[in-house]
Amino acid sequence: MESLSTKETTSKDCNGKSVFENVVRAPDVPVYAVMVAYSKDPSPLKLNLGIGVYRTEDGKPHVLNVVRRAEKLLLDDKSATKEYLPITGMAEFNKLSAQLVFGADSPAIKENRVTTVQCLAGCGSLRTGADFLAKHYHQHTVYLSQPTYGNHPNFFLAAGLTLKTYRYYDPTTRGLDFQGMLEDLGSAPSGAIVLFQSCSHNPTGVDPNLEQWEQIRQLMRSKGLLPFFDNAYQGIVSGSLDMDAQSVRMFVTDGGECLVAQSYSKIMGLYGERVGALSIVCKTADVASRVESQLKLVIRPMYSNPPIHGAAIVTAILKDREMFDEWTVELKAMVNRIIDLRKQLYDALCDRGTPGDWSHIVKQVGMYAFSGLNAEQVGFITKEYHIYMSSDGRINMAGLSAKTVPYLADAIYSAVTRIL
Amino acid sequence: MACRRFVNQQVQIRSGARFMSSWWQSVEPAPKDPILGVTEAFLADPSPEKVNVGVGAYRDDNGKPVVLECVREAERRIAGNLNMEYLPMGGSVKMVEETLKLAYGENSEFIKDKRIAAVQALSGTGACRLFADFQKRFRPDSQIFIPVPTWSNHHNIWRDAQVPQRTYHYYHPESKGLDFAALMDDIKNAPNGSFFLLHACAHNPTGVDPSEEQWREISHQFKAKGHFAFFDMAYQGFASGDPNRDAKSIRIFLQDGHHIGISQSYAKNMGLYGQRVGCLSVLCEDEKQAVAVKSQLQQIARPMYSNPPVHGALIVSTILGDPELKKLWLQEVKVMADRIIGMRTMLRENLEKLGSPLSWKHITDQHTAYCKQIGMFCYSGMTPEQVDRLTKEFHIYMTRNGRISMAGVTTGNVGYLANAINEVTKPA
Repeated sequence: MESLSTKETTSKDCNGKSVFENVVRAPDVPVYAVMVAYSKDPSPLKLNLGIGVYRTEDGKPHVLNVVRRAEKLLLDDKSATKEYLPITGMAEFNKLSAQLVFGADSPAIKENRVTTVQCLAGCGSLRTGADFLAKHYHQHTVYLSQPTYGNHPNFFLAAGLTLKTYRYYDPTTRGLDFQGMLEDLGSAPSGAIVLFQSCSHNPTGVDPNLEQWEQIRQLMRSKGLLPFFDNAYQGIVSGSLDMDAQSVRMFVTDGGECLVAQSYSKIMGLYGERVGALSIVCKTADVASRVESQLKLVIRPMYSNPPIHGAAIVTAILKDREMFDEWTVELKAMVNRIIDLRKQLYDALCDRGTPGDWSHIVKQVGMYAFSGLNAEQVGFITKEYHIYMSSDGRINMAGLSAKTVPYLADAIYSAVTRIL
Repeated sequence: MACRRFVNQQVQIRSGARFMSSWWQSVEPAPKDPILGVTEAFLADPSPEKVNVGVGAYRDDNGKPVVLECVREAERRIAGNLNMEYLPMGGSVKMVEETLKLAYGENSEFIKDKRIAAVQALSGTGACRLFADFQKRFRPDSQIFIPVPTWSNHHNIWRDAQVPQRTYHYYHPESKGLDFAALMDDIKNAPNGSFFLLHACAHNPTGVDPSEEQWREISHQFKAKGHFAFFDMAYQGFASGDPNRDAKSIRIFLQDGHHIGISQSYAKNMGLYGQRVGCLSVLCEDEKQAVAVKSQLQQIARPMYSNPPVHGALIVSTILGDPELKKLWLQEVKVMADRIIGMRTMLRENLEKLGSPLSWKHITDQHTAYCKQIGMFCYSGMTPEQVDRLTKEFHIYMTRNGRISMAGVTTGNVGYLANAINEVTKPA
């Protein structure tokens, strides 16, 4: 075993300076910085309400039973190999994923008008879609909701697209600024891309209702705007996979085109496996086929083909009636726990006579509550109570439990009475 | 239910929607990937005699894909025990640590001094792409010198990263070996401080590697010109059966003080193809710079996929972190490498026995005593037309550049393959 002498290792005069001398340290991703701070905090009272992962009532990471079952099936299948998947991923996975979001009886699927490619969770799906649009779509402006998931701008910027925002959250009502949204989309240039979150809006927890979605749809179609859905929480709002996909399905049933990024990170607890899919609904089967061929050219120079494991787990679950049902039961349990926690938190805040209207805690839906706390109040809560959340006041409801709700309520009460 | 009313309603209401033609009307069908398209065609072929020597995935002597025993054991340990939480943006720390040891040396001073910026990547493709994007961002005026020929996806990667490409001489068709003189000329004539893509071992698609002495000369010339060496090492252990030996080129460059970049992949040497496990590393001046570079690599990964997949990384770290499993892995890698070396010998012997008038020495060695073809691939020297005949008449599938994936050759099909090659290459 060769080892390098001291002289050789310190010989930097070989090439002089590094060619990457000019590289400065990148700023931390805000939500990860929160995580790091949390992990370094020695306080036994600390509470992690930052990053969007589901936790059990004991505050532990949650692997679904049905996922463990699927894993075991895969492990026991001696015939399974680790061969490369096709560039577009696992065919059965793609088919089942499309059915999941569009509905098994979707005419678009029956007519072969949908191309679905396996991607690296929602992030990978968004980036692949963004790169495809940058190459093949005539309009390079993307509208994002104000606010939106922190990483959304990055996918489209990396693809070379231009960003604009549309009004979405109304801080005074802590609900949807529907008029503002319609106005901004109404003044978008024809053909502009509009990114929607199909449900469980991150970070606000505010979703349009179905009437509002219908109005949005009509506006989108009359202006020829292109919808791109981020579908990362299907099932986590209502517990019903079909209900939570209604917004997307409206835009397919009308015969128009759209893009959909799907993620199994939260809905199946597969976070680190990076499982997702990008679907592009096209006018005709021929177009869908050509689009798929071009998606391959985007994917191949990025990572060649997607990882097997997560997709194999998803497929095992979706294709087996019994396992699928078990999954929906576990999903419903997760959702019920979150809904219950919202009520608990609301009650706790009211019980303490916390100033202000806290009804948004129970009106907002999905994983997150947009508390309405400002950055100063959030900082206070972190410092004094060792409770960690995003600086925009977003709370991961799934990080709470019956035990910790009172503590959070105390902290919020304290913050809003001490800091205005 | 309210929702159903709305769904039904807008099926009828076509008003307000502008039903123009598809947004994608002008999208052209893309050409099939030259390598992956081969396997697609192979799978579609109903002939019982078909042989796939196209894509570079290892097959055992029965032509079957192999899952290594060490991998099976690792998966047994992982399943049911670990959660699936997000990895950090830079991937599994443990996996990266073990991976750097393989490339830089078990006791590498660079690892101890924390001078290496390294992140988990999506196999070799992902590692190359991260580097290409990084190169574009921080050395926007640079270009990449790529050997002729190379793995076709290299061109796609640097093109999509928008880094201009130049080529350098590599393969010598007449000798089916290395065009060393022209290679050295290209290194000398490139502008100072150019970026070069080098295959660390088992060059894809030719199988032609520089000798140790030639690597030293290349390194020396790189020093004189201040060039940057980026190594794509996708076959460590797989070429000779000995990972340290296969990393020789890299070790030479490190000894000579170069600050290199490396793409590593576990696709072949651990049989983890579809798990997409790899690593990108960049050797920096000091720890501070390594921290900076790593943070920037993560910034590139974030809008691509946020964080890399966990399963394959767990397999790697479980194996390499356990001395017994690591030992088993090294044995299994040697078995694979030996089988391929054995098939090379058999193919050459069969061709020579058939009385082929051409020289097939390059399959196993080169009579100029410098280089021999090694690794998974053999550049047969066949023309695209001859390859087409192999496919049409004999149902043998390979890429049209005449590259044979030796891993697809078995004792069962080597005779058939040799015969077919002889048929299409013999003088008319």
